[in-house]
Amino acid sequence: MRFQAASDQSLLVYLSEEIGAAAHERVVWLMRLLQREPIKWLRNIQPAYCSLLITFDAAAVDHAEVQAKISELERHAKKLPAAEPRLVEVPVCYGGEFGPDLDWVAEQRGLPAEKVVELHIAPTYHAYFLGFAPGFAYLGDLAEEIAVPRVETPRKEVAAGSVGIAGRQTAIYPFGTPGGWRLIGRTPLEIFRKDREPMGMIAIGDQVRFRPITRAEFLATRRA
Amino acid sequence: MSLLVVESAGLQTTVQDFGREGFGVLGISASGAADAVALRLGNLLLENKAGTPALEITLTGGTFLFPDGAVICLAGANFGAQVDGQALELWRPHAILPGKRVVFGATRDYARCYLCVAGGIGVTQFLGSASTHVLSGLGGWEGRALRRGDVLQIGKLRKNIRRRKLRPGVLNTLKPEKKLRVTRGPQFDWFAEEARRALASGNFVVSEDSNRIGLRLDGPRLAARVNAEMISEGAPVGAIQVTPSGQTILLFVEQQTTGGYPKIANVIGADLHCVGQLRPRDTIRFEEVSLAEARELWVEQQKLLGSEERLFA
Repeated sequence: MRFQAASDQSLLVYLSEEIGAAAHERVVWLMRLLQREPIKWLRNIQPAYCSLLITFDAAAVDHAEVQAKISELERHAKKLPAAEPRLVEVPVCYGGEFGPDLDWVAEQRGLPAEKVVELHIAPTYHAYFLGFAPGFAYLGDLAEEIAVPRVETPRKEVAAGSVGIAGRQTAIYPFGTPGGWRLIGRTPLEIFRKDREPMGMIAIGDQVRFRPITRAEFLATRRA
Repeated sequence: MSLLVVESAGLQTTVQDFGREGFGVLGISASGAADAVALRLGNLLLENKAGTPALEITLTGGTFLFPDGAVICLAGANFGAQVDGQALELWRPHAILPGKRVVFGATRDYARCYLCVAGGIGVTQFLGSASTHVLSGLGGWEGRALRRGDVLQIGKLRKNIRRRKLRPGVLNTLKPEKKLRVTRGPQFDWFAEEARRALASGNFVVSEDSNRIGLRLDGPRLAARVNAEMISEGAPVGAIQVTPSGQTILLFVEQQTTGGYPKIANVIGADLHCVGQLRPRDTIRFEEVSLAEARELWVEQQKLLGSEERLFA
């Protein structure tokens, strides 16, 4: 475990220096330890691939005290029972108006578009963490054969439900927001709804699979 | 409840309180007032709770009709607000009689003014806060900036209002500065001596392309010395990150919660309210302080803001 002040009111705790299942397990483990008992000075926890950003009440504690508390939690923690991973299936209409970058990705990687889709739906993805926007889950690992860089100038607006890829990651845009990932398809499902419990369709630690659907199925689901 | 009718909304007027901190696990940033100090003082002058929802008005104002009257206080930037051609002084309670409208012009000094109402602005809370998160369309009034024709519920017009006044010196102590104090960011070491010097001594101009999510800063190029691809991690509000093309971005209240760009510095908590008052084309500078100094400044500011005796005459 490595500690690094991020601001005068926050501390980064690095649990690994390398993305992967082992790092993720440690991140979720520490997150759950911090969530288990109410800690008065704890204002926010932001998990990521290998780290947690911990925001604290700087009028109550300083970085050293937060660090000491986390080290203590780590020392005394019993192994938490592993959470049952949820499997979430996401229907996606690939290409065309819904996936304007599909052909570009195919061309870049020298593959037919159908092969790109095939490689995208093959794995069961792992939701490493949520960031960027409410409900936006970073899913990995994308097949190396279809890994591409982000667009140079992010689009001003990406449609809600768009499925993007960037590097070894894939994700679904929950809202119409600016976005820099390559868009290969779109889901008709609402990824984040404030009137639903849970609000986000995908939570940290979930397993996610994509299922290809036709344009007609997309429109039918939208209308339902 | 009484009503507030939006006759014209201004550039971007949203409902804001102190925000919804604590939902990082869901990918939700806190949002909340861009200048939390002004919001707090405006509410306290009305004897509201410090974090009561108010309207945050940005750069150019709007016109707001009060069919049932209200007691209001304007806090923050001076938009030359008037009722019946009479100027409304900032930082003091005013009774607005039934049927009167408050007309805002364009700002004359800073970026944002808070229209606080005695009894607050009534909107449905989302995750414990009334704040609007514009990017995701969540919270506030229908998850968006106000438009002409919107009708909001507000607190009732009170007959007896205490004419509270801030002590002389309070506003000067809390004045939004253009020199922002920063602590070192988690990737400070990734930047060469030249970039560190440029951060400490350079002028940066707030670009037109700035908002509650982040401020783009034009200035010296702060290229990172390390070319390694960074692993995305949580980014605190006030983080100053640098993209590979050399663009400097200051993450603000509606920030994305994680990011993969190296962060050279971070605006201290006690100066975050100053960021909320920056306008496009403003020139700003940075000054490095230690974590201990930043903490002292924060504790001192919190003490002042929490002390009725020190704030009010």
